[in-house]
Amino acid sequence: MTPFLVSDKWYDIRDLGNLSRAILEAADRILPFGVVYVLAAVLGFVASFLLFVLPSQLFVGVYGERRIIGRMQSRLGPNRVGPFGLLQPIADAIKLIQKEALTPTQADRAVMYVAPIIFVMPAVLLWAVIPFGENMVIADIPVSLLYFLAVSSLPVIATFMAGWSANNKYSLFGAMRIVSMAISYESPLVLALLGAVVVTGTISLSGMVAWADEFNIWMAFVQPLALVIYFICVSAELNRTPVDIAEAESEIVAGYLTEYSGMKWGLFYGMDIGYALAASGFAVTVFLGGWTFFGLEQWVPGWLIFIAKTHLFYFLFIWTRGTLPRLRADQLMAFAWKFLLPLGVFNLLIVSTERMLWAEQDYAKGLIYLFALINIVLSGALVYAWARFNGYRPERTPTRPRLVKQVGGYIPIEERP
Amino acid sequence: MEGFGPSLAFWVLSALTLIAAGGVMVSRNLLHAVLFLILTFVGVAGFFVLLSADFIAMAQVIIYVGAIAVLVLFAILLTPRSGRDNGETRWALPGILLAVCLAAIFLFVVHDTAWDTVGDAPAGLDARALGTALLTTWVVPFEIASVLLTAALVGAIMLTRSPEEEAEDALV
Repeated sequence: MTPFLVSDKWYDIRDLGNLSRAILEAADRILPFGVVYVLAAVLGFVASFLLFVLPSQLFVGVYGERRIIGRMQSRLGPNRVGPFGLLQPIADAIKLIQKEALTPTQADRAVMYVAPIIFVMPAVLLWAVIPFGENMVIADIPVSLLYFLAVSSLPVIATFMAGWSANNKYSLFGAMRIVSMAISYESPLVLALLGAVVVTGTISLSGMVAWADEFNIWMAFVQPLALVIYFICVSAELNRTPVDIAEAESEIVAGYLTEYSGMKWGLFYGMDIGYALAASGFAVTVFLGGWTFFGLEQWVPGWLIFIAKTHLFYFLFIWTRGTLPRLRADQLMAFAWKFLLPLGVFNLLIVSTERMLWAEQDYAKGLIYLFALINIVLSGALVYAWARFNGYRPERTPTRPRLVKQVGGYIPIEERP
Repeated sequence: MEGFGPSLAFWVLSALTLIAAGGVMVSRNLLHAVLFLILTFVGVAGFFVLLSADFIAMAQVIIYVGAIAVLVLFAILLTPRSGRDNGETRWALPGILLAVCLAAIFLFVVHDTAWDTVGDAPAGLDARALGTALLTTWVVPFEIASVLLTAALVGAIMLTRSPEEEAEDALV
């Protein structure tokens, strides 16, 4: 696991943990007891802000997303403020801060005030367990995967509070939808991650990165179906656009955000990006080898590899958001229960069988590549077979436009024969 | 629990949990009560962390905050006029009586049990050991529980389906 070039010298920037440890040890000798903890917090905040939060959140998240989606939809996107419009997110933030945050008179004031704050906290807490490098993880706890799942179930409560407290029926619809979606999509999500856990035999995120490094293979190849299920489920839980039925502006104004304005709305908007980034970082850690890259991490800083991978994964979110149409609420629920959940169960069965066979062979290294090959083929076959079993028969070459009900889609009850 | 940090954490968590639990009882609004209940669950998870039972703490947050609280919220949303202004005091007296009885039983049990006191801090519950135990030694109860839960799930779906929905499924 220890790459041959990484040393523990403070100037070795391939692992910034060395530098921070050196600074803190030096400070501990000079300063009185306890001050070093405050210093560590400040140092971590400044470093993570400069290295990750600012470039990711503002320039990849807000600016890059709008530019790329603009490009996909044949328009320019923000290009007025600063060079190439790069200062647009800062202008937006200034606008949001000075805008009045309205509260309806009949709203539940306290709950409406607290909801954005509760929404922000888990987005920050999630990063505590994500390893940026070998020594660059804040809390390397043995149950970090579970920690991530637990903390990422908290924002649902905050969005529910936001939707309910505004005393607006569209907000309440949004809250209702988000709660039902959280219930539906949590189970296939956990099943997909369980597949990855069964292969590695650990629920520590650092352990998963170490596994990918040891066997020189990404979990995405061993568990392709799990990655796809994870991506779809996490898009649904995060309200990303193809599946953002909780704030569908064509149906229910803005869902739970209807009555929010100013910086309160800005916190929700900003942290949506924050959650998507955290989900990308988590997916990269579990499925794409984290901060390792088949030995490249010995030459390039691992945290740079991790950040690059995270941003590339985040591009998938932008891509689906820019190109796919929104699903209807009942279609989305049916998809979770009738499609993703059975696929997750099948995937778990396959991977458990493989794990048993693998354990009998004393975890032979070559076998995992065979399993990867088998799983890639099986995943495609499984998705195809389950879709056929459910009666989805896509037309390869459609020759004329048709109504949904003509190809076997939804027909309202009163129109049925 | 030795040292300043754990003691401080214990007292802060105790205050949080107790105040939130009080809020559950005092608040007139059913939804506020549920939000306080969630805060109580989080506080209890904090106690598990203090006892270095990380796995249990995470399970507590996932199951109670992520699933049960969300289900309770769902139930409240589906019940007409349950969300706002429903301070119902008819049952206050029986409720207080029940609470006093429960408290008496708990105090009696706590007082009369010979508690094991462990000198060292517990080593923490190993998630791997727990998993191994569940899938080898206790595999039969584990599987029976899963089958029971699945049966309950299917039964709930069958009970709540309306004839229209069944007609809908038959056509699709």
